[in-house]
Amino acid sequence: METPTESPHGPLRQDTTSWAPLTQTLQVTGNSGGVPELVAGRRLVGPLQGFGKMWQKTYRIRLPAQSIEPSELIKVWKEEFPTFWPEGNRFYAPLVGISPGEVALISLQAGPMKLSTGVMVLYADHESFTLMTPQGHMFAGWITFSAFEDTEHCTVQTQVLMRAQDPLGEVGLIMGGHKAEDRFWASTLRAVGKRFGHEVEPETTIVCVDPRRRWSEARNVWHNAGIRSTLHMMTAPLRWPGKMMRRNDS
Amino acid sequence: MPETRISLNVRKPGPAVGIIDIEGEVTAFCEPLLMDAYTEAGDGATKAIILNFAGLDYMNSSGIGLLVTLLIRAQRQGQRLLAYGLNAHYQQIFELTRLNEAIVIYEDEPASLAAASS
Repeated sequence: METPTESPHGPLRQDTTSWAPLTQTLQVTGNSGGVPELVAGRRLVGPLQGFGKMWQKTYRIRLPAQSIEPSELIKVWKEEFPTFWPEGNRFYAPLVGISPGEVALISLQAGPMKLSTGVMVLYADHESFTLMTPQGHMFAGWITFSAFEDTEHCTVQTQVLMRAQDPLGEVGLIMGGHKAEDRFWASTLRAVGKRFGHEVEPETTIVCVDPRRRWSEARNVWHNAGIRSTLHMMTAPLRWPGKMMRRNDS
Repeated sequence: MPETRISLNVRKPGPAVGIIDIEGEVTAFCEPLLMDAYTEAGDGATKAIILNFAGLDYMNSSGIGLLVTLLIRAQRQGQRLLAYGLNAHYQQIFELTRLNEAIVIYEDEPASLAAASS
C-alpha cells in the first residue's frame, strides 16, 4: 500500500520525527554542567499538572521579511540557543543539540538564589521547537519558540503556556517572578533580533487562561527546585570527601 | 499569518453533546476556526464536546497548546471534552504531554457518545 503524500489541504506534512519519544521519567546523559541529580528521574509536567493560575505569555519581534527565512532563523536559534540567554543564566545544551527527547540542564539566577533545573525538548522541526518542564521547575508548562512569515515581516516568537507548580512557586511569581520572566524572554528576543542585525523592542501579550488554583496539586512543593537547589548547595561539603576519595581511586 | 490547513465540521447528535470533526492540521494558526467551532458545538445545554480526530494529518506543539486552552474554556463552561479517532502516534503524544489525563480518549464515536451521555 502506498503512503499518501497529499491531503485535501495540500502536501501532507509529517510530524512523527518532530515529537520526543514517549517517556515516563527524564534521563540525563552527556550534559556538561548543571545539577543532573535534580532532574534525572523526574516526570514531565505540562500546564495541566501545575497548581497556580494558567498564563499564556507571548513575546514577539518582527524583522523585515527579506532579511531572513523563518527556517534559517529557527536553525540558528537552535544551534546558538544558550548564547541568547541573559547574563547570569546558563543553558547546558545536550551534546546533540536541540533535538526531540533531549534533556538540557539549566542554571537560573532568581534574585539572590541560583536555581538548578532542566527541560526536555518536546518538539522540534524547522518552524518551531518546544521545551517542556519537569517536576520541580518553577512552573509547569511548555515554551515554544517559532518564526513565521507574513507579507512584510518575519515574526519571531516565544510563547509560554504555564502555571506555577506549587504554592511557593505561585507566591514567587506574584512577588516578582512574572516580571523577571517577562524581562528574561524580552531580553532573549532582543538578542535574537540583534544576531540578525536588527535592534527591535519585543511586544508582550499576557492572557490569564485559567484563573483557578488547583489545590489538589499543592503537594508538588515536595519537588520544588528552589528548595532542592538550596539543600543541594548547603549539603555540598558533605559530598566533598566522597568526591575526593573517588578522584584518588581513579 | 500562514494559511490554515484545516476543515472543521460541527454536528449535534443531541442537545447535550456537540461533535467537532477535525480534518487537516492542528497548529496555532487554526485557533480562530477551532474556537468558532467550539462556540457552535457548545451552545445552549451542551454538557460534552467530542473532538473527532480521525481526519487529523499533522499537529505540532502549538496545536497541543491550543487544545489545552480549548479544554480550559470548556471546563469553565462546565463541559467535558472527549476525543476519538486518534491514531497510535497521536495517542502517544497525548500521553507524552499528559493531555490524556484531562481529555479521555475513546475508540470510536459510539463509545464517546455513550461516555458523554453517562
